[in-house]
Amino acid sequence: MSTRTFLVQGLVAGLLAGIAAFVVAYTVGEPQVDRAIALEEAAGATAADHEHSDDPAAGHSHDDEDAVVTRATQSTLGLATGTLAIGVVLGGLTGLLAAVGLGRLGGLRPAASTALVALLGAVSFSVVPFLKYPATPPAVGSGETIDNRTALYFGFLAVSVLAVLAAVAVARAAVRLWSGVPGVVAGAATYAVIVVVAALAFPKVDELGDFPAGLLWDFRVASLLTLLALWAVIGAALTVLVDRTWRQHDAVRARRELAASL
Amino acid sequence: MAHAISSPTSISGAGSAPSDLVIPARELAPWLAFGALFAMSVLVLISSAQGAITIPEGTAIHEWVHDGRHLLGFPCH
Repeated sequence: MSTRTFLVQGLVAGLLAGIAAFVVAYTVGEPQVDRAIALEEAAGATAADHEHSDDPAAGHSHDDEDAVVTRATQSTLGLATGTLAIGVVLGGLTGLLAAVGLGRLGGLRPAASTALVALLGAVSFSVVPFLKYPATPPAVGSGETIDNRTALYFGFLAVSVLAVLAAVAVARAAVRLWSGVPGVVAGAATYAVIVVVAALAFPKVDELGDFPAGLLWDFRVASLLTLLALWAVIGAALTVLVDRTWRQHDAVRARRELAASL
Repeated sequence: MAHAISSPTSISGAGSAPSDLVIPARELAPWLAFGALFAMSVLVLISSAQGAITIPEGTAIHEWVHDGRHLLGFPCH
C-alpha cells in the first residue's frame, strides 16, 4: 500500500464528497440563502445608507443588475466550484494523512485507521470551528469586519487542527505507557482542553443584529449538513477504497507466504 | 509499496499486523509537504474575501464562490 494509492483514493473520495456537498447545499442550503438575500435587499431598499447598498466599496451587492456574477450562477456553477474544490482538496489531504496513520494508530487495521483519520478531520476542521464561529447567512456580518473575522476563523481552525495532531501524539505515547483505553482518553482530553481554552480566549463575533432567528437556525443547520455530507462521503468512500486495496495486498502476501512455505 | 521483507511470524495465515504496513516518514514527507501547501492555497482562494490579498484584481473569484463560502461555513458578508 503506497502513498500514491492513498492520494489517488483520497482525491476520488473527495470528488464524490464535493458532489454530495453540492447536492445537499443546493437543495437544503440555497433556499435559506435566497431568503436571507431577499431580506437584505428589502432592508437595503428602506435604508438608503445601508452598508450593503449600491456602494461597491462597502462590500458586495447581491443585486442581479450590477452584480459581477448573477445569483443563478452563484447558486449553481459557483456553488459547485466551491464544494468540488474544497472536497477534492480535503479528500486528497485526508488520503495522505490516512497514509501517515497506516499502522501507526495502535492495532487499528487500515480501514479503521482511515475512518479514524477522517473522523478527526471532520471534528477538528469543520465541526469544532463551526461551534465557535458558526456559518452566517448573507446579510449578516459587515464588509468592514470581514478581514478580522476571516483571521479569527482561520486562527481558531489552525489551533483546532494543531490540537488534534498533538492529541494523537499524546494518545500514542499514552497507549505505549499504559494501554488502549487510558491512551485514547488522554488524547481526547488533550484535544478538549486545548480547544476549550482557545474557544474562551478567542473573541466573540456577534453581528447578527435583528436577523430572524428561525431563518438563522435553518441556514446554520443547512450549512452543518453540507459540511457533514462532505466529510461523511470522504470518510466512507476512502475507507471502502483503502479496505479493498488492503484486502488485495493481504491476499497477495498470503499467497507469497504459502508459496514460500512449500 | 512492495514489502521486500515479510514478517516470518504470520505464516499461519492469521494476516499481517497493521504495523507491518507502516510507510516510512522519509517516503511520506514530500507528499505531505506539497499536499498541505496546495490545500492551503486552495482554501485561501475559495474562502478569502479577495480584499486582504487580491490576486487577481477585482472581486470575480469572491463573487463566483460566494454561496459555497457561506454554506461551507467560511466567514463572509
